[in-house]
Amino acid sequence: MARRLSVVDVERCVDCLLCALACARRFGEGGLARSAIAVRSAGGVERGFVVVVCRACSDPPCLAACPVGAVEKARVGVKVLADRCIGCRACVAACPIGAVAWDEERGKPVICVHCGLCATFCPHGVLALEEVGGG
Amino acid sequence: MDRLLPRVLFVDLTRYRFWVEERPELFRDRLGGTGVGIELLWERCPAGTDPLAPENPIIFAVGPLSSLFPLASKTVAMFKSPHTRNLGESHCGGRTALALRLAGYGALVIEGRSDVPVYLAIHGDKVYFRDSRALWGLSSSATVGRILREVEPGSGYRTILRIGRAGESRVSYANVIAETYRHFGRLGLGAAFGSKGLKAVVISGKGSIPVAQVGRYQKLYRALHDKAVRSELMRKYHDLGTAQNVGPLNEIGALPVRNLQAGRYDEEPAFTGERLAQGYLGRRLACTGCPVACIHLAALREPHPIEPYFYKTTFVSYDHEPLYALGTMLGMEDAEGVLKLIDAVEHAGLDAITCGVVLAWATEAFHRGLLSERDTGGLAPGWGDAATYVEMARRIAARRGELYDLLAQGVDAAATRYGGAEFALAFGGNEMAGYHTGPGAYLTYLSGARHSHLDSAGYAVDQEALAQGRSLTPEELARALFQEEARRQVLASLVVCFFARGLYDPETVAQCLEALGSEWDAASLARLGEDILRRKHAFKVREGFSLGALRIPGRVAETPTPHGTVDPDWLRQALAAMSRLLHGEPS
Ligand code: SF4
Ligand code: SF4
Ligand code: SF4
Ligand code: SF4
Repeated sequence: MARRLSVVDVERCVDCLLCALACARRFGEGGLARSAIAVRSAGGVERGFVVVVCRACSDPPCLAACPVGAVEKARVGVKVLADRCIGCRACVAACPIGAVAWDEERGKPVICVHCGLCATFCPHGVLALEEVGGG
Repeated sequence: MDRLLPRVLFVDLTRYRFWVEERPELFRDRLGGTGVGIELLWERCPAGTDPLAPENPIIFAVGPLSSLFPLASKTVAMFKSPHTRNLGESHCGGRTALALRLAGYGALVIEGRSDVPVYLAIHGDKVYFRDSRALWGLSSSATVGRILREVEPGSGYRTILRIGRAGESRVSYANVIAETYRHFGRLGLGAAFGSKGLKAVVISGKGSIPVAQVGRYQKLYRALHDKAVRSELMRKYHDLGTAQNVGPLNEIGALPVRNLQAGRYDEEPAFTGERLAQGYLGRRLACTGCPVACIHLAALREPHPIEPYFYKTTFVSYDHEPLYALGTMLGMEDAEGVLKLIDAVEHAGLDAITCGVVLAWATEAFHRGLLSERDTGGLAPGWGDAATYVEMARRIAARRGELYDLLAQGVDAAATRYGGAEFALAFGGNEMAGYHTGPGAYLTYLSGARHSHLDSAGYAVDQEALAQGRSLTPEELARALFQEEARRQVLASLVVCFFARGLYDPETVAQCLEALGSEWDAASLARLGEDILRRKHAFKVREGFSLGALRIPGRVAETPTPHGTVDPDWLRQALAAMSRLLHGEPS
């Protein structure tokens, strides 16, 4: 069964960004340049947070929007073919939930690959990998 | 060390210019944070500078571990203090460290003075001076944050530092607030902002940081993360926050009550960590990069003053220190009153600790007839009277009238004019924190470089000695606190949160630095810690400070601690021993 990253209990989010920093460590670097997950306050930290990450659409608008076919369907979600991408940002605009992050240093999009690393570093049970049907 | 850390961003508010200087040797030799900050202060702050003059630099520094390791969440601010008129150093969590580091800098130095109110917006390598006339004079620091959140980009990876009214009017202990609930609290950084016409600083950054030895780094990160998550610290501070200290300190009679006329309440205060969590806890927050999440927000539901059947919910961040200063020190009885007062002090942008001690002094002085209603402008401060204290805090922030103008400079200034120095509870010019545990606490207040309880945590030495049923000689205590303070200089240079000191023993620190490509060992780190501490002390001495000239208020020796009555002569002996250590005697 394929698994998808899911935000299971956003009320417990404390805005530590350990998830986002873990995502960037996939590439053996620190910082946030290549992080595919973002946490924003819902209008002031006292109101809680919004965790923004790819939902693995079955018919992905980001893929449909790419003029050069640089976004491909993956087993779960999509895959960006960085060498094909021309950096036009059409995918960023197309994602209805703003889950296509932008790597300013390389001028390429970053989209979650549903590996689950961030969930293992979330200390408060906000994130988890969930089984999805099909694939 | 990565190539980004040694970049220092300079901003000149007088000429509206900015530039970057590369300082690889500085960061190689002094790591970052406090180690780098004190060197920059020596370089940029001429002897005898007026803390409110354009020449006083405001320095923010992060370190090699910032953003890269768990709990490396703090930023160090270094400046000449408008409150003590010597070393100004203050640490703050929130998102500042990440934003500054990922904007591509190890330090930010702000100098000069703008003649129109401005705020600074730093987005990566772009720096903007923005008109802040519309923000100047707003009654609440929270409103400033709300507006800047809307008009500035970088949501999710930015910090918003701002001052309140108190900073604008240069109250000597005005603070700088980050992310609404965190502070550069002590020693008056807010007044330095105000004196520069600087209302706020917004910094955003989301760059990458290259790591020298990726494999080692990943392994170390995971090990430290796992250890932090499983630690006792995690449970303790996540569940109740630092407020968990209130109950136990009251029980052993080490909690300053009513301007330290007592060391405990007869019954458990209504605002212990447990009782606040049960009745009010509305949300927990973490500084960026921290799994603990010790920040606790109380949800205060109040009926709207005008509209019936309508409630407003205010979120108030509570910690041990404000609960002591604006709670027990003022003889407060109900949790709601304390939370409302904390909220008011927060909106005004005052350091909660100093503000509470100042109000406590004023209350006692009023009771003793040193102050009259003519001085107070018709107010009659009384223990537990939250509404009067809220009004007094507002007047202090606005510096309205002679009394409030003096109270805006701390208890020493007020006692010099009105008397009552024996119960004016400041040490080295900085008001005391919430521990009346014994001689260790007081030696820390007196001798710590920042006169902060966190400098060398003498209160912890007291509590440990109490548990073991032993007492130290003045020399032993001085040595123990010197070593602890030296060790903390390393943590504050990396920069990791002091709560993580158990996690970052010298060997672990050396391993972390090695993974980042720097060579250190336990011995060289220990030397660095002592060196930084002595550099800070030397700066203070240059500005006229002397350990021998410190005032010890009589009240300290009147109210017994769990270790019995503190003897000022004994403290002087310990201070003499500390002075020898700070002047180079081997520890
Ligand atoms: S990036 Fe956005 S549009 Fe693309 S699959 Fe994920 S959620 Fe859907
Ligand atoms: S940025 Fe790249 S991946 Fe996104 S739509 Fe443009 S070409 Fe395709
Ligand atoms: S699942 Fe993997 S790729 Fe997606 S946000 Fe988490 S760490 Fe990043
Ligand atoms: S790691 Fe978990 S708690 Fe922390 S910001 Fe991410 S989702 Fe929120």
